[in-house]
This record gives sequence, structure tokens and C-alpha cells, in this order.
Amino acid sequence: MNTESRMNPDTSRAPVAQKPQVVHTRAAEGDVGALVRVNIDGQEVKVPLGATILEAARRLGVRIPTLCHHADLCSAGLCRVCVVEVEGQRALQASCAYPITSPLTIRTHTRKVRQARRHILDLLLSEHVGECYTCFRNNNCELQSLAKEMGVTEFRFGQRTERRHRVDRSSHSVVRDMDKCVLCRRCVRTCIDLQEVGVLEACHRGSATAIETFRDKPLGEVVCINCGQCINRCPTGALRANDPAEQIWRLIDDPTKHVVIQTAPAPRAAIGECFGCEPGTPLTFEMNTALRLCGFDRVFDTNFTADLTIIEEGTELLLRLHRALAQGDREAALPQFTSCSPGWVKYLEHFYPQYIPNLSSAKSPQQMFGAVIKTWYAQLHGLDPANIVTVALMPCAAKKFECNRPEMADSGQKDVDFGLTTRELAQMFMEAGIDLPRLPHSDFDDPFGTATGSGVIFGATGGVMEAALRTVVEVVCGIPVENLFDHAEIIPVRGFDGIRYLELPIREVGPVIPMFRPLVDSWAWLKGATLKVAVAHGTANAKKVMDDIVAGGRFAECHFIEFMGCPGGCIGGGGQPIPTSPEIRAARARAIYSEDRAYKVRKSHENPAVLDLYARFLTDGPCGHLSHKLLHTHYTARGRYMA
Amino acid sequence: MGTGRESILFREAEPDEGLRKAVGMTRLEIISQVRESGLRGRGGAGFPTGSKWNFAALAQDPLKYVVCNADEGEPGTFKDRVLLSERADLVLEGMTIAARAIGAREGFIYLRGEYEYLRGHLEAVIRRRGEAGLLGDDILGTGGFTFRVAVRMGAGAYVCGEETALIESLEGHRGEPRNRPPFPVNTGFLGHPTAVNNVETFALAARVIALGAEAFARIGPASSTGTKLFSVSGDCARPGVYELPMGLSIAELLREVGGEEAKAVQVGGASGTCVPRAQFSRRLAFDDASTGGSIIVFGPGRDMLRVARNFMEFFDEESCGQCTPCRQGNHVLLEGIRKLEAGVCSMAYLQELRALGETMQLASKCGLGQSSPNAFLSIVEHFKDEILARPARVQAELS
Repeated sequence: MNTESRMNPDTSRAPVAQKPQVVHTRAAEGDVGALVRVNIDGQEVKVPLGATILEAARRLGVRIPTLCHHADLCSAGLCRVCVVEVEGQRALQASCAYPITSPLTIRTHTRKVRQARRHILDLLLSEHVGECYTCFRNNNCELQSLAKEMGVTEFRFGQRTERRHRVDRSSHSVVRDMDKCVLCRRCVRTCIDLQEVGVLEACHRGSATAIETFRDKPLGEVVCINCGQCINRCPTGALRANDPAEQIWRLIDDPTKHVVIQTAPAPRAAIGECFGCEPGTPLTFEMNTALRLCGFDRVFDTNFTADLTIIEEGTELLLRLHRALAQGDREAALPQFTSCSPGWVKYLEHFYPQYIPNLSSAKSPQQMFGAVIKTWYAQLHGLDPANIVTVALMPCAAKKFECNRPEMADSGQKDVDFGLTTRELAQMFMEAGIDLPRLPHSDFDDPFGTATGSGVIFGATGGVMEAALRTVVEVVCGIPVENLFDHAEIIPVRGFDGIRYLELPIREVGPVIPMFRPLVDSWAWLKGATLKVAVAHGTANAKKVMDDIVAGGRFAECHFIEFMGCPGGCIGGGGQPIPTSPEIRAARARAIYSEDRAYKVRKSHENPAVLDLYARFLTDGPCGHLSHKLLHTHYTARGRYMA
Repeated sequence: MGTGRESILFREAEPDEGLRKAVGMTRLEIISQVRESGLRGRGGAGFPTGSKWNFAALAQDPLKYVVCNADEGEPGTFKDRVLLSERADLVLEGMTIAARAIGAREGFIYLRGEYEYLRGHLEAVIRRRGEAGLLGDDILGTGGFTFRVAVRMGAGAYVCGEETALIESLEGHRGEPRNRPPFPVNTGFLGHPTAVNNVETFALAARVIALGAEAFARIGPASSTGTKLFSVSGDCARPGVYELPMGLSIAELLREVGGEEAKAVQVGGASGTCVPRAQFSRRLAFDDASTGGSIIVFGPGRDMLRVARNFMEFFDEESCGQCTPCRQGNHVLLEGIRKLEAGVCSMAYLQELRALGETMQLASKCGLGQSSPNAFLSIVEHFKDEILARPARVQAELS
């Protein structure tokens, strides 16, 4: 199991009842790595000591239904759907939570087991306001699937139809409909174990039990970071994103509106899953065609502003390094933190507000795009910015919050009007009768269609760091990055380890290229320095790094750290297709990296469209006056306590 | 108290005789004595105390804990309260012996929220014992035997009497049972081996060491040795706390307390079973009518369906809400009882509810859900005629 998929028991504040439990047994001491024999329904298998019954059954291809279990989360053993009979034990055992420490004989579908599972499912259905027709999870609902699998044909213990909770729409990102909640607590475990945020918790007791925020406040008023990871792991329709599709359709249908869409790299690697494709099937160019069929006036590639972000953020880093290394300024806010993940940004604003100066002031690619569309693009095409609608296709729930931040209106308008998730776009395609995988290819529209491989890899954890290093190393050292890393692939920052660390000694420096001449005279002050960088994804890992920085550990010595709010980075974003798992995210990442390889230009500072933008619009260069006005932002110290 | 019979807990005895003996014994000798005495947990589950201590003693961990479960929450149980107020020294003596046996240096009394008034008393006893060299560093001058005890308050959740939920609560979390295995004797408080025992168990263990295993095992049947405290309430002339030998029959107990007229007795509180008059020859023992102490007597005039509803209302509120069978099952059973009361429950549905009760016994995560349908199931089984006669009565009352 890779480290990404498991929570961090050493930092988690989750109750032990919800953590993986270390099994201390006499057998375990002598037999580390030992195998135990298990007999399941007559088949024998040997499994590592401590493996669960569920894992053993899966190894044998024996299906045991589950509900509260999730590959990314520690086992809870609370829904009891997965109960099995263990020989010699009176009670049935939850197979997802039962560690095998001695030889066991197990039966998975005896009369007792079948009756118990049916009863449990009937009980779950009796408390679930099941409005399948009108639910966005229709045909992608684990409760619905279980009902089919168990052959449910009646509501044996009744069905609740009256609502007890008001649908909470207070958050820009996440809508909570607690009448559909079946109390599996995946959201709770996601929020506290996987993300170390902890805004959701089980409250009250008995049949009054409910998942609530602090004092049941609206989600928009608590320390939720909008990552939407809870949505991806909810088995039912209790959690969903705030869907703007209806408003977007209306604006598409309005002839006075010029509706443009930018598409981020992660959705194209995942949207196929909504149409029956295997995870990791990239549909970039089919999606362009589909967006035009829907009626979007222009289809742009967010990678363009990803490249722009690299220039702005990379420049900002070089300026901070200059202050620290050349001028000896101890106040230079290093390490610099990336700021393109709005979930991470809000996490920092809540939990480590004292480190806001370390956040790059560069806006995220989404917001840069909005600002450029409503200024430069409007100017180029003689359009009234008030009539331009910018939609951002994102893998992300937090982008919906980000585009609604009051400070994100530097173009004079709301820079980005709507954040649209991968799931929501797939739904729009379906509604329009578009069979995405079978569409012909088409390219992005100019002038923002040209991007580089560096922009694409923003979609995976480590991608921003890799893109930044490709540019910074080359700009500073004056040699092709390929001389240092084969195919310009900086493998040490890739992968799914929760935290990665890399040191890059700068042995030689090159001449300052024209773009940077207004800022520095030479790179000599960097010669002999060692650039220290790190990557963390999922806010639980971010917390580890931040706690280390607070304690003055090795991450405090870093110069640049990439933080992504979601496990796996954007490909695992809260707006991506459901379900998610470590395997699915790995497949999406492969799609991203293969797309990078296919690009002719793979470094942001060589993107001709970006260079053109600096030549004709942002003429005072990276981090210049105009780019500061349009492409940079500021943050809000929110703290962890709500008024 | 006091029945003329031999008392283990309330007899006149040399203070701390058990502890004085225990400090001269090896860990193995203490555990062997407790094992040979046949002492089983007095909280209700009846797990052999010697085995529990043995598991905790064998666990490899420099940090271990002893926890006294004083969250006496079973409806109809009030015997631990008596022990804590009148025999606190004996309870602490037992905890100290347990610490000696398993190798713990720290312990807690997890005190029921409603027993807050006992806290000062217990802390005073702990202080006094510390001053007397019976707690703290170098207990009884043994050189190196250290054991400290602190009182921690519960906050009123019934489920916190379940040992893993108690530990969660002790750690400051919402009181909810953990998955077992691993068991607390291996992975307990803060992940360290922890022996959790009932108040009465500790008190008896101290006496076992003082009197010797044999003297203890002589009382009661082989499956259930020693005496037991019974909290007797309900329709009887002399309710109260009784120390009686294990294995006496329900009829004998009823004679003792003046409840001969009873039509049923709830043995083991809300989570126990309802025994009808025809079965009053059953014995109060772990292998027969088992109880953690609660005995509730129902006189001839009691409406048994109302009794069942009362219990189910309790569980509907007190289920921790974690696992499906308990959280929702208790609710469905309660609704079923309301249907029966209203005379609108079909026989087929009643059968379904009984099957659901069995599922709850089998599939719930902890002892709460596994035992919560007991009262309902036994009342439906033994008082079916009374219940089925009811719709007519309701009709009559309405007209």
C-alpha cells in the first residue's frame, strides 16, 4: 500500500476507534512477516499476519459487500454490511475490521449472514430519504447498488419520506443533504484522518445520531477548506458539489453573452470514467469537440496560465531568494509555498495564518485566466468584459469558492464566473446527448490554446514543482534541464509518497535571459547554493510539513514547497468522478504524464503564447506592475476559531 | 445489606490484608490465585478475571494501565455506588493488586457522571492511601512498586460502560466502542495494554488474595464462584443491595427481598433477560440467569409490553449511534412495540421484529447492541398471550 492511501496515525487527531489498530499479540512478535492460513467458504489462502478477513476474501476473489469501508480510509467496522461467520464465535464479525492473527475458518454467506445483511440494509434504507430519481448519484450510488445486490424488493422496516434536515447550501463548494446520510462516517474519516481538517463529526446518540459541523453551523461558516474529498467518498447523495450547470446553460443560450471555458489538465484525464472508459483514458481533444457542441464560444487550455503561473511564481521565488541570499535579508519569506490549490490556501489561512507571507502571491492558473480573458482577450477582440462569461472546468470543489473570493475581481468584473467540476460537465454532456469517447478530435482555440507539458503536469502531485524546476533550473543554470534530468522528467518529485524532498545543487550559473533583466543583473549569487524543495499532497501531509516548519525542522530550510490540498493532487480533486482510489488516481496520473511527453514544448518559459503576452500586454515583465495588479492576489488570516 | 449468610465484601477483616500478601507474591502467583478462585467479571459479561490479568501481564509494553469501570449505568444497578461509598479502600486495594499483577504504574477510576458527588470521597481515600504508603511510590516499602490512581469523570453515556468506549472517553474522545480484536488487554488506553475491571471485581479480587482462592471458590457453583452483589428494585417489600452467594435461585432471592408475588423478574437490567414466574427456579449464575447485579421485580399488575417499551426507549437513546443494527435496530424495535401497543402490529411483522432482534444480537459492534434486544425478545416470548390479548383491551379502553 502506498503511503498516500493511508492516514497519518502519528499526527491524526482522530479517535483510536477510527484508526487502524496495531495488533500486539504474542504470535505477532515471533512471527513478523509470518503468514496465517485462512479458509473462506472452503477455499484456503495464506495471508500476512494482521490482514483483514476482507483482504483475504478479495485475494480469493470472494466478494463481500461493504459500505463504510473505503480504500483510502482506515477501517471503521460500523455499517456491519460486511459481516461474516467466524468459526467458533457466537457473534458475526465485520470482515473489514477483523485482523487475522490465527488460523480462521470463515463463511461469508450462511443463512445467518444473509439474514443479517438484509436486515442491516433494510435498516439503512429505513433511515435514508431515498429520492433516487432526483438524486445526482442515481446509478452511481453504493446504497442503491447494495439494494440491487441483496435483492431488496420492499422497505421491510419502512422508508423515511419526511425530511429532518434542511439542505445546507451555505458553502460555495459543498452541498450537504443530511437526509440522505447513512452514517457510514466516510466523510468524517476523510475530513479528520485523510485531510486533518476535522469539520465533520458524529453528534448525538442512538437514532438521533447525525453528522454535524461544530454546533451544527452551516458549512460555509466553519473551517471547511472546500476540498470536496468528502464528496468523493460519500456512498450516497448526501454530499455533492454546488452545481452551476443550469446557470451556465442559460448563459450559453443567451446570444448577448460570449461564454468561454478554460479546461484544467486533470478533468481530461478522468472524465472518460463517467462514460465507461477505464481510468487513465485521456479525452482532451474529444472534450474540446464536445464543449463546442454544447455551445461554448471558445475553448481554452488552463495550461496556458499554468505556464504563466510558473513564470510569475518562479520569478517571485527568484526575487525572494535574491533578497535572502544576495541581500542577506532574514525577513524574506522562505520557503515559498505554492498557491494554486485553493483547498490548501484556505487550510493555511485557517490553521497556519502566521505563514501567509510565505504563500506565493501569484494567483492560481484558473484566476489568472479569468483576469487575462476579461482584460487582454476582451481588448483583442473588442468585447465588453461585462458580456464575457468565463467558466473554469476544474477537478476541484474549492475552485468554486476561490472564484467567489471578493478579491478575485481585478479585471473590474468577477474574473471567473463559474467553477465547473468534471462530474458536472460530464452531466452536461449526457444531457446534450453527447457520447464523449466517440467524438472526433479538435484542438483548443487560440490565442490561449498553446501550452506546454509543464502546464499539463500541474494536474498531478509534484507537477507544479517539476514545472517550476524545469524553468528555474534552466533560467538560472543556462543549460537545458535535459542535461540534468533525462527527458526533462524530474522523477524524484513525482509519485504518491505523501511528502517528497529534493536537493538541487546549483554548480554553474548562466546569463540572465531578457525576460528577467529588469529584475536581476546576474545569477552569480546563486552559484554554489543548493536549492531545497519539497512536495506534499493532501492536507494531512501538509500539516506534517507545516508542523515541522513551525518546529524549525528540515522543511524550514526549504526554499520552495508545493502543497496540494487533495491526495494525489488535482487528479484526485473533489470534483473528479466518483469513485476514487489509489489505483484510479495512479491511472489518471499516468494519463497526465503521457500527455506531457507528447508536447513539443515542455517548459513554461518557452511557451510562445506566454512570451507574446509579456511582449504585447504585460510589458513590464513578470512580477511587474500590471502583472501584480492582474495576476497576483492577497490572502486572509482566518484562524481556526469561528465567531 | 447483611443476610446472615457469609459476606465476602462486608466482613470484618484486617485492612489491606490482600495487598500485604500480594506484595510478597510474584505476578504469576497473584494471577494463579485469582484464576484458581474462579472469579469472573462482575460487570455483567463474566470474563474470567485471572485470564484477563494474565493477557495484560503477558503483553510486552513498559506502559500498562489498570482501569476501574465505575460507570455503573445499567438500569436497576446501584451496587457499585455502595462499594465506592462504603468500601472504597477495598476497591483501591484490588486495583493496586491488579497493577502489581500486570505490571501497571498508573490507573484510573472512570466514575459515572451521576456519581460526581463521590469524587471528593474517592480522591480523599486515594490521598490517604498515598500517605499510608498504600499507593504512590514504593508501596509498602517493597522498593520499586509504584502505582498511582486518578479519578476521571464520565458524562452520562450508557455506552461508556463498554470497556473500549470507556477507554475512548478516557482519552477524551466521543465514547464509542472500538473494533475488537485487538482487545484492551493488548491495545487499550492510549494504545497500551489495559486491564478494565468492574468495581466489585476489584473488591473481590482483593478478598481472594486475602482469604485464598479456595475459600472464595467454596462459595457458589463451579461456573460462578463467590458472592455477588445484587441491586434489587421494583415490586418487592425490601429493595436494596444484597450480597448473596452466586447460584441461588430467583425464587430464593425473591423470598429474601419479599417479592414472592412477582410475575416476572428482569435479570441483568435493560440488557438482561426477562424471566417469567414459571422459570423462577433458574439460578443466578453466569451459565444460567446471568446478571451484573440488576434485579428488577415485576408484580402481577405490571403491563409487560410497557416494560419492554421502557427498555427500548432507553436503548433508542443510549445506543452510541455508530453501528447500523444497534442505532436503527433499537429504533425499529421501539416503533414495533408502539405498533403492538396500538394493536396494529401483524403477526408476520412481529416475527420479522424477532428475527431483527436476532440479527442485532449477532451483528452489532459491541455488547450494547448485542444485548439490547434481549428484553424485547424474552418479553415477547414469555408474555405473548398477554401482548396479543392487548389490542382487545385497548379497544375496550377506547370505547
